[in-house]
Amino acid sequence: MNCRSEVLEVSVEGRQVEEAMLAVLHTVLLHRSTGKFHYKKEGTYSIGTVGTQDVDCDFIDFTYVRVSSEELDRALRKVVGEFRDALRNSGGDGLGQMSLEFYQKKKSRWPFSDECIPWEVWTVKVHVVALATEQERQICREKVGEKLCEKIINIVEVMNRHEYLPKMPTQSELDNVFDTGLRDVQPYLYKISFQITDALGSSVTTTMRRLIKDTLAL
Amino acid sequence: METDLNSQDRKDLDKFIKFFALKTVQVIVQARLGEKICTRSSSSPTGSDWFNLAIKDIPEVTHEAKKALAGQLPAVGRSMCVEISLKTSEGDSMELEIWCLEMNEKCDKEIKVSYAVYNRLSLLLKSLLAITRVTPAYRLSRKQGHEYVILYRIYFGEVQLNGLGEGFQTVRVGTVGTPVGTITLSCAYRINLAFMSTRHFERTPPIMGIIIDHFVDRPYPSSSPMHPCNYRPTSEDTGVTYPSVEDSQEVCTTSFSTSPPSQCVFTVTKAHFQTPPPVVTDTLRVPMAGLAFSHQLSSSRLSYQPAALGVGSADLAYPVVFAAGLNATHPHQLMVPGKEGGVPLAPNQPAHGTQADQERVATCTPSDGAHCAATPSSSEDTETVSNSSEGRASPHDVLETIFVRKVGAFVNKPINQVTLTSLDIPFAMFAPKNVELEDADPMVNPPDSPETTSPLQGSLLSDGSSGGSSGNTQDDFVMIDFKPAFSKDDILPMDLGTFYREFQNPPQLSSLSIDIGAQSMAEDLDSLPEKLAVHEKNVREFDAFVETLQ
Repeated sequence: MNCRSEVLEVSVEGRQVEEAMLAVLHTVLLHRSTGKFHYKKEGTYSIGTVGTQDVDCDFIDFTYVRVSSEELDRALRKVVGEFRDALRNSGGDGLGQMSLEFYQKKKSRWPFSDECIPWEVWTVKVHVVALATEQERQICREKVGEKLCEKIINIVEVMNRHEYLPKMPTQSELDNVFDTGLRDVQPYLYKISFQITDALGSSVTTTMRRLIKDTLAL
Repeated sequence: METDLNSQDRKDLDKFIKFFALKTVQVIVQARLGEKICTRSSSSPTGSDWFNLAIKDIPEVTHEAKKALAGQLPAVGRSMCVEISLKTSEGDSMELEIWCLEMNEKCDKEIKVSYAVYNRLSLLLKSLLAITRVTPAYRLSRKQGHEYVILYRIYFGEVQLNGLGEGFQTVRVGTVGTPVGTITLSCAYRINLAFMSTRHFERTPPIMGIIIDHFVDRPYPSSSPMHPCNYRPTSEDTGVTYPSVEDSQEVCTTSFSTSPPSQCVFTVTKAHFQTPPPVVTDTLRVPMAGLAFSHQLSSSRLSYQPAALGVGSADLAYPVVFAAGLNATHPHQLMVPGKEGGVPLAPNQPAHGTQADQERVATCTPSDGAHCAATPSSSEDTETVSNSSEGRASPHDVLETIFVRKVGAFVNKPINQVTLTSLDIPFAMFAPKNVELEDADPMVNPPDSPETTSPLQGSLLSDGSSGGSSGNTQDDFVMIDFKPAFSKDDILPMDLGTFYREFQNPPQLSSLSIDIGAQSMAEDLDSLPEKLAVHEKNVREFDAFVETLQ
């Protein structure tokens, strides 16, 4: 099975990085989260309810919808914050990218560790621009808002192709497909990483990898 | 292996589609209420949350949706549509979006109803949640209040996209294949919310705001108190005079406000407003309407005239507008023929007529001014125009006084008054390059004043004539009339100006003129030895003199 890969690119001002990334990541995770599974006897299960909430951006004329889960929001904000700091400290051209990867765990026999097989990767490339005047910033607010609208439409388009999704697992396999660590929702297993790149696209001295969820349990 | 759905699956599918339709309407309407939506996740299933999504059910919306569906389900040729429109506080309305839930014939027999279809419908609802925040109408709906409200209308049947204006765009939210057909959810939305983009204007809206702010006194008192924009139960809303245009349709309001407009709010505060109502756009074609604009807002529909005429020239439009402005107290005289009873000052107009005309005019103006000429009102409109053309003298006079250009302070020179006839382009009066006026403006081009040259410079230029008076130094400058600041002309024989002129160019010092200086210098040098010899002879006398000093 091939891993589906989608790439999105955004050009934002420094202070818009966080909100733009959160908007994209939350929109993807909204589509890739379900309610908590409750298995009953005979292999049937019921699914909890996913709530949603609107989030207004402060630095962009944009509103996005995210899953109502504070834990998930905190986790995303943490990694996006690290990405933003890394971008700021890199002092380079302001180019970086974040990857949101959905994967399945495949149990292997001992002594081999579990495999992580990605089935969908979303890459968001960010280009940070510096603006001089307030008028430019105001225009940027609106422009970035419009661009994000386009990105959301792109994401929804991909989601609705109904391409490969992992099969609904049995109770024993649940942790291989879904992230069951959250209290209120259940996204597919995912990990987020980021890279600060130079203009050539290759990673330079500050290549940082951050794992949000335990993926390599050795 | 069954090729057809069994009855249970069929029942389930029908139920899924029905509730999907109801939830779709809820999501769309709630996204246009103007507030942020927030629902909680719940880990334990409640059993009442369809598609595992926490979407509240507003009872009135469900009621309207069920009424529209009337027990049917979306099928081929029978789509469920939710129309989102904007209504200004003057009663003008404009369609913003049409959300369509359609079914086509393409079937997916293989798919499992109870599992895959259900989950895909759930995914589609999530996509709908995301997309409803992304279309232009969302930002408008968040800002609704006393100037305009967002309304919804549900209908079932054929999709009607005519009201969206030219060049509307479509976004597909998603599709779900089912054994009986493919469900498609899409949105067609108006993009020319800024009407300016489709019209041939020479100026952009913000200038309108500037004109109004700087040059017009607003004679109108502040509007009546504003009402909060809250969702109210249908019992009050159906009191609104919205007749059913078609049998199966009904207009419902989601948020409601009754306050009239504060003047010129549309253009001033909503400069970047993406959906100015037709009022704004039409007046933009008549830029001098800045003055009459306030009138226009309060007596509304007057602004439709210029576009309804379908005439491109601004000249023709002007008299109509200004006649309107002048005769604001009697708008009927001018506007009734062309307005088909849509003037708000005649509240006894039948609601049906108002609604139909609103819609008609609303569809008329955004799309094509030219088409409006084909409406039955056109002949009456031309009458209106000709009438006001004859009466042009009077508005013209008034205009002359109104349009006196205000120049800077301390200038008492009268400026040419800009008249209508000389203007072909809008905002010509405020055009930055108005060369004729500026040239004659004393403040811009002060009369040539003689430059005060330094005496040295004067001597350099002169021919050596010691009399070097005003003539030499002032050869390059022709003084017409010198009026020094703060001086008076007539009181004293020797006033400041005369004094200045007399003593402006004193005669050159002889020692500072180069020729004489050069000569004397050479002579001095030559005569030095002789002088020294003479002085040496008289040494004793000098010494004696020095002694007497000691």
